[in-house]
Amino acid sequence: MSEAETELAAPDAEIFDYPGARDRTCPFAPPAGQRVLNDKAPVSRGRIWDGSTPWLVTGHAAQRQILSDPRVSSNDKQPGFPHPNEVMAQGAPHHPLTIFNADGADHSRIRRMMTRPFTRNRMEALRPEIQRFTDELIDKMLTGPGPVDLVEALSLPLPSLMICALLGVPYEDHAFFQEHASFATRSDKTAEQQRAANEALGGYLAGLLQVRMEEPTEDVISDFAARIKAGELTLPEATMLCMILLIAGHETSASMITLGTALLLQNPEQLALLRETDDPKVVANAVEELLRYLTIPALGQRRIAREDIEIEGVTIKAGEGIVVALPAGNWDPEAFPEPEKLDLTREARHHHAFAWGIHQCLGQQLARIELQVVYSTLYRRIPTLRLAVGFDELRFRRDDALAYGIHELPVTW
Amino acid sequence: MKVVVDEEKCVAAGQCVAAAMEVFDQRDEDGIVVLLNENPGPELADDVRNAAAVCPALAIRIEE
Repeated sequence: MSEAETELAAPDAEIFDYPGARDRTCPFAPPAGQRVLNDKAPVSRGRIWDGSTPWLVTGHAAQRQILSDPRVSSNDKQPGFPHPNEVMAQGAPHHPLTIFNADGADHSRIRRMMTRPFTRNRMEALRPEIQRFTDELIDKMLTGPGPVDLVEALSLPLPSLMICALLGVPYEDHAFFQEHASFATRSDKTAEQQRAANEALGGYLAGLLQVRMEEPTEDVISDFAARIKAGELTLPEATMLCMILLIAGHETSASMITLGTALLLQNPEQLALLRETDDPKVVANAVEELLRYLTIPALGQRRIAREDIEIEGVTIKAGEGIVVALPAGNWDPEAFPEPEKLDLTREARHHHAFAWGIHQCLGQQLARIELQVVYSTLYRRIPTLRLAVGFDELRFRRDDALAYGIHELPVTW
Repeated sequence: MKVVVDEEKCVAAGQCVAAAMEVFDQRDEDGIVVLLNENPGPELADDVRNAAAVCPALAIRIEE
């Protein structure tokens, strides 16, 4: 932390290199530099991978203001847009409109086509199925030899099974699309590998859409296929929307299950709270705190100003890029006192782990229920669960991956 | 307490239903907010204020 402080102390100090490195001894916390930045000013400049210096919004209140301001655009085809990485910068001009890059009326139109399967009540209705899948995966884990990698045994298969069921993607193909979904989002893959993964996934989903145009079933892909037939979507647009759902449904909940378990094993008194309660409200509250604490969309939300915007004493000019650093906002002591303290009883519902504003996560209610079920089942069923390797041996993902996480989590009991 | 919702702004995040299911629901076909009770009683006031506070699209307005 002191190094970053020194840098920021000088008036013409070097601009902060976003996202900044995490502390190896405290890999669950957002990079120290981001937190220092937040102490100094909730809106400042940062340098990203391509050398450009967009605005960094680290304060919780400032994030709410920016992410709900209609003068702020998500249109990533505009020059000056702060892309998260090279692959996305190169791909952006060729992408159709999606929920990620559309604004205003376009965004509402696309989002409304996608929201139907994700309502709170539909997700609640899936809870028994999520519980059944979770129990089956844990049964399988317990009957086999230990140690096991929790990522393979539970973290990835559970969200994968659920998103496949919702979309209507045959789970038998999971080896294929899990690999490609993770390639497409991991920064340790080359641009070429990511592109190839995107193409393979796209081809696969376009094929499924074409089949369902002729033989519809009860699922999201059939719903999109019907919209293609009705002229509401083109095949490339529908393919992209399916790909977004498939990828987003995989890595996000999986990372939360893995990271959350590693964090809880380091905080046994907090884990005990989950093990000992049977109150769904206590579990639901704990999930919000874990979401706040871990904030896996570490790259943040990317935007560009449409007009000049005055905020926190600075003027963001029209055409300037904006990076909303979600992990820093969720560790803003103004919003969450003693943010470094994991407190599963904390009131944390106003966190930004699912972002904020019109682009807030579409699948958040599914994610919540998956996490509530896993966290309230795993530690009760395996009370002796523990790491099978030293904590120092865990390989955390790089901070420029779309979802922060751990590559493998070897556990035993 | 009077509750006003703006369907145009709503992005169907479902946060209001989670916060106050006696007062808010979602339309079946697209998840857009449905106001079940525009004058909720005082026993629901905290939940409704919470629902307005967690609505990411600022689609819920409360007149006290």
